[in-house]
Amino acid sequence: MSQVPRYMHRHWWKISGIILLAYTIIAGLLGPVPRLPLLQETIRNLYFHVCMWFGMMILFTVSVVQAILYLRKMDRRHDLASRHFAGVGMLYGLLGYATGALWAAYTWADPNIPFAESFSTIARDPKLIGAAISLLVYFAYLVLRDSIPDIDRRARISAVYNIFAYVILFPAIWILPRVLESLHPGQDGNPALDVKNDISSGMRIVFYPAVIGWTLLGVWIATLRIRTELLKEKQYNP
Amino acid sequence: MSELLRKVNIQQAMQAIWTLFKKDLLLEIRQQYSFYGILLYALSTLFVLYLSMDAPEPRVWNGLFWMIQLFICTNAVAKGFLQESRGRWLYYYTLAHPITIVLAKLLFNTILMGFMSLISLILFRLFLGAPFLDPIRFFGIVLLGGISLSLVFSFLAAIAAKAQQNAAILAILGFPLILPQLILLQQISTTQFSGNTDFDLIPVALLIGLDALVVILSTILFPFIWKE
Repeated sequence: MSQVPRYMHRHWWKISGIILLAYTIIAGLLGPVPRLPLLQETIRNLYFHVCMWFGMMILFTVSVVQAILYLRKMDRRHDLASRHFAGVGMLYGLLGYATGALWAAYTWADPNIPFAESFSTIARDPKLIGAAISLLVYFAYLVLRDSIPDIDRRARISAVYNIFAYVILFPAIWILPRVLESLHPGQDGNPALDVKNDISSGMRIVFYPAVIGWTLLGVWIATLRIRTELLKEKQYNP
Repeated sequence: MSELLRKVNIQQAMQAIWTLFKKDLLLEIRQQYSFYGILLYALSTLFVLYLSMDAPEPRVWNGLFWMIQLFICTNAVAKGFLQESRGRWLYYYTLAHPITIVLAKLLFNTILMGFMSLISLILFRLFLGAPFLDPIRFFGIVLLGGISLSLVFSFLAAIAAKAQQNAAILAILGFPLILPQLILLQQISTTQFSGNTDFDLIPVALLIGLDALVVILSTILFPFIWKE
């Protein structure tokens, strides 16, 4: 059983991830950006903040695909992959929240009062609600997982919850911005931002590689954790 | 899986759902303590609210109403799957198709929750006043809300039961997941507090769509968890 999937041994995608991230950081911090009122230089945070959310959604999608594969094949490796891709997705979500809070502190918040005072107003924004809900749902996923001692039952039930949560959650995240008012860029139902209209072409040539780079980094972290788990398993039942 | 996906005779399935539904109803009638328990829960929560504030403004009323609905729902629906013992599951396994079991439970829970919604609406009207203008229409919204809540919580109760957990995990699993529906419901019901008569159908359609999604997901996913 615990054979590591072949793509995890490959080097090319890890190296290209590093190159893309190096390009993101250098071009992101030094490259030209449009001077927009209020945003000014903070717009560079786009390469980090928005990429975290894109990465999170991609990693959660991988996690749910692995959950479906687990239910079809009942192979423990898919369960491990589902768990750890969700874990890294949550890490990205938390980082996305942190970078977003930093950004909001310099743009949306009233500079005359402490940021903590304006946080409750800012957090009511539909995109932040959606982000908070998805993080809570996946925290609940981890709680559910850890509450079941039996390995097979744990894998099966958490896969079912993962699929159920994902299918309810993602339409909701796309719906909520349509019915609630928002300050956040990307109106009319887009949960993050409208890449075609919201940012200039000069920024897009950094933004797209940044998304791919951060996602590859996330996949790398997840595969390392999966491989450690598989090794642990091998150690205990050789 | 293949044996589960074999052609299901619709008429037989309907009959099985009806029988299972009747069984749940009969159990509820024979063991009335749980029904009265939920009723008492609603009444005493509301009475605490009534004593701690008088005549809340519409926004607060709305928030309180849906929060109470949420708590009533977790209590009312949790029992459905959690009451089934391991032995009884084995018995069902020999008798019925999982899809009929889950559909019967969903049906029973929606009716139970619809009834509870009506009662809590009446209690709210009596104790905390009524900011809504059209009682019939608002009752429709409340009914729709009760159905949405009970569908999501029914399936989560199945998960909680199969994880051999108590009702506490139901709240942990359910509260984040129900938030989108709750936000939509609050949006719909706040439109009923102001004088404007036009009624936005989009959130209602979205809610019904989400409900349909939950039913479809439950029928697809339940066969995977019901077997030990």
